Amino acid sequence: MPSTLTEPTDRVDGSGNLPTAPRTPATAGVALRMERTAAQPLAGGDADTDPAAEPAVDLRDVSVYYGSFRAVKNITFDVPPNAITSLIGPSGSGKSTLLRAVNRMNDLIPGTRFEGEVLYHGENLYAEQVDPVEVRRRIGMVFQKPNPFPKSIYDNVAFGPRINGFRGKLDEVVESSLRRAALWDEVKDKLKQSGLALSGGQQQRLCIARAIAVQPEIILMDEPASALDPRSTLQIEELMSELKKNYTIIIVTHNMQQAARASDYTVFMNMGEDRAGYIVERSRTTDIFTNPKHQMTEDYVSGRFG
Amino acid sequence: MQPGASLRRDPSLATALRGTAARHRRERVIGAVLLGAALLTVVVSALIILSLFGGAVDFIRQIDLGTLFADGWYPRRGEFDLKTLVAGSLLVTGIALLLAVPVGLLSAIYLSEYASRRVRRIVKPILEVLAGIPSVVLGFFALTFISPVFVQRLNPGTSDFNLLAAGLGVGILTIPLIASVSEDSMRAVPAALREASYGLGARRLTTSVKIVVPAATSGIVAAVILGISRAIGETMVVAVAAGGSGGAQFTVDPFHQGQTITAAMASLATGTDRVAGATSAFQSLFFLGLMLFIMTFVLNQLGDIFVRRTRQQY
Amino acid sequence: MTTASRALPRSLHRTGGADWRGLLFHGLLLVSLVFSLLILFTLITDVLMRGLPVFQERGADFLTRPTSSSPARSGVAQGIFGTLMMAIFVSVVAFPLGIMTAIYLEEYAPDNRLTRLINVNIRNLAGVPSVVYGLLGLSIFVLALGPLTGGKSMIAGGLTLSALVLPIVIITSAEAIRAVPHSLREAGYGVGASRWEVTRLLVLPNAAPGILTGTVLSLSRALGETAPLLLAGAVLGGFSTGSRGLREQLFSDYTVLPVTIFDWSRRAQAEFRDLTAAAIIVLLVITLFANAVAIILRNRYERSW
Ligand SMILES: Nc1ncnc2c1ncn2[C@@H]1O[C@H](COP(=O)(O)OP(=O)(O)O)[C@@H](O)[C@H]1O
Ligand SMILES: [Mg+2]
Repeated sequence: MPSTLTEPTDRVDGSGNLPTAPRTPATAGVALRMERTAAQPLAGGDADTDPAAEPAVDLRDVSVYYGSFRAVKNITFDVPPNAITSLIGPSGSGKSTLLRAVNRMNDLIPGTRFEGEVLYHGENLYAEQVDPVEVRRRIGMVFQKPNPFPKSIYDNVAFGPRINGFRGKLDEVVESSLRRAALWDEVKDKLKQSGLALSGGQQQRLCIARAIAVQPEIILMDEPASALDPRSTLQIEELMSELKKNYTIIIVTHNMQQAARASDYTVFMNMGEDRAGYIVERSRTTDIFTNPKHQMTEDYVSGRFG
Repeated sequence: MQPGASLRRDPSLATALRGTAARHRRERVIGAVLLGAALLTVVVSALIILSLFGGAVDFIRQIDLGTLFADGWYPRRGEFDLKTLVAGSLLVTGIALLLAVPVGLLSAIYLSEYASRRVRRIVKPILEVLAGIPSVVLGFFALTFISPVFVQRLNPGTSDFNLLAAGLGVGILTIPLIASVSEDSMRAVPAALREASYGLGARRLTTSVKIVVPAATSGIVAAVILGISRAIGETMVVAVAAGGSGGAQFTVDPFHQGQTITAAMASLATGTDRVAGATSAFQSLFFLGLMLFIMTFVLNQLGDIFVRRTRQQY
Repeated sequence: MTTASRALPRSLHRTGGADWRGLLFHGLLLVSLVFSLLILFTLITDVLMRGLPVFQERGADFLTRPTSSSPARSGVAQGIFGTLMMAIFVSVVAFPLGIMTAIYLEEYAPDNRLTRLINVNIRNLAGVPSVVYGLLGLSIFVLALGPLTGGKSMIAGGLTLSALVLPIVIITSAEAIRAVPHSLREAGYGVGASRWEVTRLLVLPNAAPGILTGTVLSLSRALGETAPLLLAGAVLGGFSTGSRGLREQLFSDYTVLPVTIFDWSRRAQAEFRDLTAAAIIVLLVITLFANAVAIILRNRYERSW
């Protein structure tokens, strides 16, 4: 068997939730995966997601290169809607790279190259005519280090709607976004104050409010709590489980407890000899932590490496 | 309000994902305008080179090449002795460096290794002000202060106009450049190197002279090269303080009047030498300009190489 | 005393010796630093002592009269006017072009050969001696474009100075733009802002103080330049402005303060020495004022991200 099989990349989609949209196996990698999926569905695979629901976003055979270095390779998985999917894995395994590939943030880094497809409601976000700006309006992002604009709290939240030509009542959008981000009560009396004057945890919630003010469907979060104290971290986690009613969330974390506590699905990534990241296993979070299919996963979640 | 509702209502996602034509057009136009501005800098360079070469070639065609080797630089008489100007430029540059290198370097060591943050915050702006003094003002200072107070006392009988005063004036203008380039390179020396030295019981003097300065060598070399380039290109100090507005005899005596490449250009453009039209005196301006351009270009490339070497080092 | 020092252990003696050398070195460093300050101080005092009496005697008269061959009737009015016009020219031509180029290089340019060529070219331009820009002005703006600019005219001078400061404006503005943290841009792109929106709404406002400082510094440098304008046709000596309107003046004879200073410094009459100093005071007030504004701006807005 080709070496691809010995690496667990192809087990990714063990869920067996075959996509609703017709797909053509474009590469050998895809073909192999499908073959295997058909041949030996993994235990409990069918329970992973509700096969009826259309995935919020569907990554197919994604590879991302920085120059000639391939940071992630042949990534295939789908993201269930209105749920939290967490990406875990050792540092350098390409979690951020993969996350940023979803809303084409990597386009902004000179020298990056993308292979594969990211399907969003059946549209390939990397198709030639697609404008990355439009992609980012639908798939928002919250970064590792809180990065509010050096503007007032109000203007931070209003920024997105304003540039998107929002015509309605801006005050209402600002208020509802801040409420959803569980920040309203703390800042409602000081909306004109600089966003930079807030505490770290508040700043991060402001960034979340800023992201949801443009009404995205998906929110990407790259270790959003890693720069915060434990209390703020918990607040963010509570906020996430509130938000998933309306949004699909993909979160990168290297805090295992956080993934276990806060997410519904977990994708475990590792890197190969070539330092390219690949997916070892992707399951319901409970399965990953209590009943991992792969020895490597078990080692990682029990803290034996990474 | 259902989040995302407005977006999901898009009749066709595929169309919406393309973005609006108006925005694409706006972004394209802005990008093109900005690129246009950037390309203008290339046009400026092309025009500089074009005018320098054009004029210089005309000059060479017009004159008898023997006039490039005469007793002095007297363009109106058709004597274009280049060694007079080159000697003047080298002399002035040499004098300038004799002043600016030690003063600039020692100031840099002080600012980088000894000065507190507060002292630096006060002294650096003052150096910047010194760098911002118009060169014609320094020329006047060289003529009316350095010359009588220093040069003529050193060597009584020297005329008001002399190359030494001009060179010192140029040197003063070069100090801030040398100080700031070499300070940058000294500050780039990793703190760990210093700490290692202090850890061995070395003193500040030893650490500065034996550790920091050697580690910053390429930056210091760059500072000196850029200083030379700056001094060679300096015009007004020499035009005011070195005399020789009508031309100059070949000399290497700093107490003499004289001319540099740059000062000769200034005087060709002014006063008795004021150039009228397409005479060979006028065209010599472009020849000198080309010489100066090439000399400073080579020096700047060299300086750049050393600056880059400092950056790579750490 | 002597016995006490003799009683000291050897190692302490040695320390004392090394300290002396250290102190000497420290002193040498201080002297070299103080040297620059002293020169600045001497230069300014010297100029003030020569020049201030002119203001005491002549008062505003010195500022409002044109240049003349008679020292008693010479003034710097034309020089001040020309210098202020140059400031306007540079602000209108070089600043926008320079800032636009900086924006292009930092925010728009792909990493390709053309971009590298433009970058290298700008660095080279910044190192070209100012007198060479005078030749550019002479052959292009005065001669080749003479029919449009009026030959040796204010426009030709303004364009020459604009070309001269362009690379400096670009380099300082690009530095200011580069200093805006990357996370700010990402935040903007992350909510679906386009490149221009990120540039205009996020990058430029935050780079503005730095850009302003750089442009003001380059302006002050431009206003002190003499050599390029000598070549690009600024008038040495007297000329009559007549009753020309501003528009006509743009296309005709002009001079600037540094050229006036150069002119007077070469005159034989001793009175012109004092006039030169007085004119220098006016020039220094203008350029040092610009410098001071720039430095204060920078210190005020210096941001630590
Ligand atoms: N901008 C970049 N340029 C080049 N290599 C990068 C860049 N960003 C990340 N990498 C490399 O890609 C790999 C994956 O990085 P990243 O996605 O940040 O991993 P993670 O988020 O899992 O720690 C690493 O080897 C990293 O060094
Ligand atoms: Mg990461």
